[in-house]
Amino acid sequence: MRTRRLTVLTALGLSGALALTACASGGDDGGSDTATADAGGGVVTVHNGEPQNPLIPTMTNEVYGGMVVQNLFAGLVYYDAEGAVHNEVAESIESDDNLTWTITIADGWTFSDGTDVTAESFAKAWDYGAALDNKQSLSYFFEPIAGFSYDEDVSLIEAGGLVVEDDSTLVVTLSQPESDFPIRLGYAAFFPLPEAFFEDPEAFGEAPVGNGPYMLDSWEHDSSITLLPNPEYTGERTPQNAGLELIAYTDEDSAYNDLLGGQLDIIKNVPSSAFATFEDELEGRSANQPAAVIQVLTVPQWLPEFQGEAGQLRRQAVSHAINRAEVTETIFSGSRTPATDFTSPVIDGWTEDIPGNDVLDYDAELAVDLWAQAEALAPVGDYTLQIASNADSDHQTWVDAVCNNIRTVLEIGCEFYPYPTFDEYLDARDAGAVPGLFRGGWQADYPAMSNFLGPLYGTGAGSNDGQWSNAAFDAKLAEANGADSPEDAVALYLEAEAILFEELPGIPLWYNNATGGWADTVEDVEFGWDSDPILYQVTTSE
Amino acid sequence: MRWYIGRRVLQVIPVFLGATLLLYALVFLRPGDPVLALGGERGLPEAVQEQIRAEFHLDEPFLVQYLLYLKGIVTLDLGVTFTGREVTEVIAQALPVTFQLALMALLIEAVLGVGFGLLAGMRKGGLFDSSVLVLSLLVIAVPTFVVGFVLQIVVGVQLGWLPITAGRDPDVVSLLMPATVLAATSFAYVLRLTRTSVQESLSADFVRTARAKGLSRAQVTGRHVLRNSLIPVVTFLGADLGALMGGAIVTEGIFNIHGVGGTLFDAITRGENVTVVSLTTVLVLVYIVANLAVDLLYAALDPRIRYA
Repeated sequence: MRTRRLTVLTALGLSGALALTACASGGDDGGSDTATADAGGGVVTVHNGEPQNPLIPTMTNEVYGGMVVQNLFAGLVYYDAEGAVHNEVAESIESDDNLTWTITIADGWTFSDGTDVTAESFAKAWDYGAALDNKQSLSYFFEPIAGFSYDEDVSLIEAGGLVVEDDSTLVVTLSQPESDFPIRLGYAAFFPLPEAFFEDPEAFGEAPVGNGPYMLDSWEHDSSITLLPNPEYTGERTPQNAGLELIAYTDEDSAYNDLLGGQLDIIKNVPSSAFATFEDELEGRSANQPAAVIQVLTVPQWLPEFQGEAGQLRRQAVSHAINRAEVTETIFSGSRTPATDFTSPVIDGWTEDIPGNDVLDYDAELAVDLWAQAEALAPVGDYTLQIASNADSDHQTWVDAVCNNIRTVLEIGCEFYPYPTFDEYLDARDAGAVPGLFRGGWQADYPAMSNFLGPLYGTGAGSNDGQWSNAAFDAKLAEANGADSPEDAVALYLEAEAILFEELPGIPLWYNNATGGWADTVEDVEFGWDSDPILYQVTTSE
Repeated sequence: MRWYIGRRVLQVIPVFLGATLLLYALVFLRPGDPVLALGGERGLPEAVQEQIRAEFHLDEPFLVQYLLYLKGIVTLDLGVTFTGREVTEVIAQALPVTFQLALMALLIEAVLGVGFGLLAGMRKGGLFDSSVLVLSLLVIAVPTFVVGFVLQIVVGVQLGWLPITAGRDPDVVSLLMPATVLAATSFAYVLRLTRTSVQESLSADFVRTARAKGLSRAQVTGRHVLRNSLIPVVTFLGADLGALMGGAIVTEGIFNIHGVGGTLFDAITRGENVTVVSLTTVLVLVYIVANLAVDLLYAALDPRIRYA
């Protein structure tokens, strides 16, 4: 009994101490800066993980570092919750031919170390990110800029792709027209960097200096990252709280339990063990909405039984045999949304009415009929379909469910073909050695249809793992890239999607939902198109 | 005694070389290419991949990589991980918290296991004995992660007695629950081991002699029964320290402790050879030291054992 009372007391003491520190930091900010004078309450604690790379925007290609960098930096444009594009540091981004872009930078922007944000801050940062010798993970984002090379180390500034006309004017020349170029500029790869970065990139990666709504206070590796409101920030994403503490979790279940126990304010993913219950347990303080992530069963070109006319019929048969509504409901408890196209519902221009997308409807009779037709043309007889994926992440459950559909409807064999680790899976994919259909997951970097279609299905594109190639599709993409307006481009992208539905280089399965939750200690929590909570607008209630 | 310890310490060198060579070979044989996974679904440009392979000597043959690794050990410069952090720093950060966790667990299982085991052994067949036996069976049968989650939800979330996770601030209070979970299975083994051992000692000649000499019950139990029963228990505990340190991965995951288990797991999936081999080697060293301590303890427990 005595020990029990002791633990209660120490636990109380601990939470008391936490509350005190929270108050103290809140008070400090209220008094010391003006930019956040109206900031409500205290520090918001958020579930995150240890960033996998130094905190340099062009090195940040994963979600944990991504959440930090998005809040530390402001790009030329930013995306709101719906994925709409707004100017941030840019005053205007203009082009007559989608080839030469004149970017005017707004006055009054400074980095949190006091230096000015100029056209050169962007040009030098992009130049650094693109240079092969700097080994930046996101270097391929600069591929469209004239002068870029995958083979030799070139400078985009020296090559003339980036021209700084004066402090507020940057002229970018692309190697081919890209109508969606302005939309890309809100992605991390295109963030500006201060002079301090070029003096010592390594030190900068540990203690980055940005121009975004927040600035880095401390980074305790494998523990937490603390961000404070940046008093120099003059954009529209003004922090409504006294700061953020992004806490590194290795396991989503423990984050969820911390949220339930009141030790955490926001979780950015609901663990799969809580899919069925979180909406009740959190009493309305949760989000579950489609995000810019799609899962596809890629049909590789190296499978002979899926080529030609018979192969075409088989692709359709497999697609019709999958009951997407049932699998998303029973396996994922509604945390996935059945796909109706090749992009995502959060993307501008998305529609349910694309010609040919009824191939995604579950129709057992039609599926059997199509498979029988294929057998009549080019029989494979007693066939077992393999569905490959990496097994170090939770994929077996849904593959089993999909296989179950296929076995029952088509009366052929179907098995999960696991690769022990992600890199072995990538290796096999790149080598064209996967003996069946395989999982293709894609998360958009910027909210545009082109980001889903080009990299995945363009001939020879970086992530076209099924090695599909179609001249009509490539032509449509090129046409859309040169379109006069974003609306025209969308119409052309939809036509390109219609080609995909005819050919089925991949079989769309479902969109991943953004699932998240928050405690009753915070308000105004919203999850954006990119699945992350929009942190600057979160307020704390006291 | 001093000679004995010196000899044992010298034995560490061949064990260390053998262990690192074996481990390095095993990690080297792991299929797949870790550099591929660095770019996620999109992949990195070929030229960038080549540069990273060269930087981490992944393009060198096995023996060269291993010798470079040994050179790193000698110069105390193990290089950086794929994430750009010093390997030594990563290890220095993961070890202390796991060591603290393992020591707390060892303490819990030793004190509770030996205590309960002694009481149960002294009253063989009694109510306490039977109920403790059933309890220990239950603890052995239920997997660690079930115990962990149930404790976390009941004690942490619902009752709020202890912190739910220990990630931010791993102190004694927040590590109490994870240490208990980690200790649970071994506690049951220690208890059963002690109980059996005590029962055997109770019927041994030297205990009868001690009683016949007229020693008090407490003296007989403490000085003769318990001390002689502890030899198998100490052997188990010594080996268990190493197991607790390397095998805490499930517990560490549940309670968000960034320790050896999680770091090792991440390093293996990412293919960071140097981190994996170094961390595992540290665990091997812990085993060796713990075993030496156990051997020395034998002498303290049993006067018949002498080291020269």
